Amino acid sequence: MQKDVIIAGVGGQGILSIAASIGLAAVAENLRLKQSEVHGMSQRGGAVQSNLRISDREISSDLIPLGSADLIISVEPMESLRYLPWLSENGWLITNTTPVKNITNYPDLEEIMAEIRSLNNHIIIEADRIAREIGSPRSSNMVMLGAAAPFLDIGFENLEEAVRELFRKKGNDIIEFNLKALKAGKDIASEEISK
Amino acid sequence: MKNLMLLGDEAVAKAGMDAGISGIYAYPGTPSTEIMEYVQTSGQASDGGIFCQWSANEKTAMEAALGMSFTGKRAMVCMKHVGLNVAADPFMNSAVTGINGGLILVVADDPSMHSSQNEQDSRYYGKFAMIPVIEPSNQQEAYDMVFHGFELSEKYRLPVMLRLTTRLSHSRSSVKPENALSQKELSLPEDPRQFVLLPAIARKRYKYLLSVQDALEKESEDSPYNTITEGTDKSVGFIACGLAYNYLMEVMVREGLDHPVLKVTQYPLPGILIGKITGDCDSVIVLEEGYPFLEEMLRGFPVTDKRIRGRLDGTLPRDGELNPDHVAKAIGITVKEGPAVPAVIKNRPPSFCAGCGHIDMFNALLEAIDDFGPGRVFSDIGCYTLGALEPFNAINSCVDMGASVTMAKGAADAGLHPSVCVIGDSTFTHSGMTGLLDAVNDKSSITVLIGDNSTTGMTGGQKSSATGRIESICAGIGVLPERIRVIEPLRKNHSRNVEIIKEELEYKGVSVVIARRECIQVATKSRKQEKKHK
Ligand SMILES: Cc1ncc(C[n+]2csc(CCOP(=O)(O)OP(=O)(O)O)c2C)c(N)n1
Repeated sequence: MQKDVIIAGVGGQGILSIAASIGLAAVAENLRLKQSEVHGMSQRGGAVQSNLRISDREISSDLIPLGSADLIISVEPMESLRYLPWLSENGWLITNTTPVKNITNYPDLEEIMAEIRSLNNHIIIEADRIAREIGSPRSSNMVMLGAAAPFLDIGFENLEEAVRELFRKKGNDIIEFNLKALKAGKDIASEEISK
Repeated sequence: MKNLMLLGDEAVAKAGMDAGISGIYAYPGTPSTEIMEYVQTSGQASDGGIFCQWSANEKTAMEAALGMSFTGKRAMVCMKHVGLNVAADPFMNSAVTGINGGLILVVADDPSMHSSQNEQDSRYYGKFAMIPVIEPSNQQEAYDMVFHGFELSEKYRLPVMLRLTTRLSHSRSSVKPENALSQKELSLPEDPRQFVLLPAIARKRYKYLLSVQDALEKESEDSPYNTITEGTDKSVGFIACGLAYNYLMEVMVREGLDHPVLKVTQYPLPGILIGKITGDCDSVIVLEEGYPFLEEMLRGFPVTDKRIRGRLDGTLPRDGELNPDHVAKAIGITVKEGPAVPAVIKNRPPSFCAGCGHIDMFNALLEAIDDFGPGRVFSDIGCYTLGALEPFNAINSCVDMGASVTMAKGAADAGLHPSVCVIGDSTFTHSGMTGLLDAVNDKSSITVLIGDNSTTGMTGGQKSSATGRIESICAGIGVLPERIRVIEPLRKNHSRNVEIIKEELEYKGVSVVIARRECIQVATKSRKQEKKHK
């Protein structure tokens, strides 16, 4: 088993919480893991990504080779397309719909969505709306993680446990909201896949 | 012991503590910052009384670490690659004094310049100083080699350089830790003059350094970290240094290739191992993260060995960090890319945070300087360097830390008036203060605009050396008290701030304007903390 995942977003959106949850769950399943992160200049509102590789064998490279990512998870629509050259033939792209318009020349959102829809394997999730609906607007990243769950080959209960671990210090209410968000994301993705 | 999921930086930090360091010194700089941060937030450091405070700059950090080594204790000092330029003087001379307690200098290089002005390769500094360099290829090695490095350091009584590159510094993987060693007892150098580099002593010390070179090379030959893996296809062999080894393995395993490979993670270079692989194979591809350090030596000058391939003959890109795709292409394997990036996608460079005080500072400066015309604002390195980008286009230089003050001085000495510099508070104390003293002494007409957000913002909000003391430092250096102005960069103060800056631009002499408002990131973080404690 090996999964290569690119997690994309804009500096400040907290994509590392997604990476960290998958990481914890992978460790619980005794899988090996390499997770490269962006620290530094780009964290100031620039494009950021994390290359996450999980496997039952030894992983050599910290970076995912071109054309071999099984999954791109993006918390921002334009950013989801930036890493297409890394996506494998049968790979999936899962993206949130809320744009971060911190540049003056942000493209027309419809054009971006059209590009996403033109891909064979894609899931578009209104993660911010869903997070608001369950009463936890800040849990949109966990909605995205939930949406990625069916593709990860990791037991869902281990992802839930990872979320508990990650938010342990923040108290039970926050944990419950994030678990709800995780479940909501998973349900939508499962529905989309079976379509 | 339980495995830990650690960044390369964190693995080095954890290993330092487990190897019994008594202190760690550093100035922040991507990609090295997380080493010190890990120690500072670990219970192990506070329990063990491990000293772990930020220094004013890399030079002071290096010297303090050498001072700790003088007492017989183990010490670590960390910086980014360009930081070693700042620390180069104590660094070069520490190879001549040698050490007492083990000393590891960790330098994190940034090939591809993700967050840097250049991509200089610190291995040259290691060779320059003639000390051992270790260059782990993965997180576990980063951990293990710290122990190995301290042993080498104490065996030869020399500092050891541990070189990291961005991708290892900032990539996480599982690390198996060892039992922690206890710290060393205080014990002064046996020879009381070891550290006194008067010429007569320095010559002796230098001869010692020269005399151990063969032994250091032998250490590299025998090191468990420099290994040859045999292969049946000798049409090409590989020498892979540090992290590059992983990219090679990625491709070789995937493609089922079987070539001889020499992995190099300890320097000085192991001549016998290298001779073996270059002798055995028809050609050799050299994979190095950084400059073609080894490749250039093997090719000879003028080029004598054309069988050596790498960055210099176009087999690999001449600049930038390596990746598995570059390595695959170098071997002649076609890389099958996914879909192209659609044309609608725009670049997203970093930008000021919403609500950042630097925005209001630049708006005020731009209006104040409008009458004088463009091209006279020297600046420096920090978040405020983003003032170079649209829509501000507010600064005309960013060279090295502190250079804004001295470049403005040079331009003023040449007759440019007004001549302005924009510098952050941490950069000012790092190396802007000395330049200000030059300007005061020479009565150079410069306006120093200090963007004082009371933190080291660009690297993630570390403690800034002189928070709350910037005015008194400037006054102490000799800036006239009435020429030290403090403004609060807020939109509501805009016209008043423009006026003040204008007055100082017009003044002939040294003036300082401190634009003070707390970094929005730090302010938000401390507000959250406060809420938690209530
Ligand atoms: C010699 C050297 N050391 C460290 C760095 C890394 N570095 C870049 S900007 C910066 C912090 C600047 O802080 P400050 O001057 O307070 O400005 P701010 O980012 O807070 O606006 C650091 C440490 C560097 N580029 N060069």
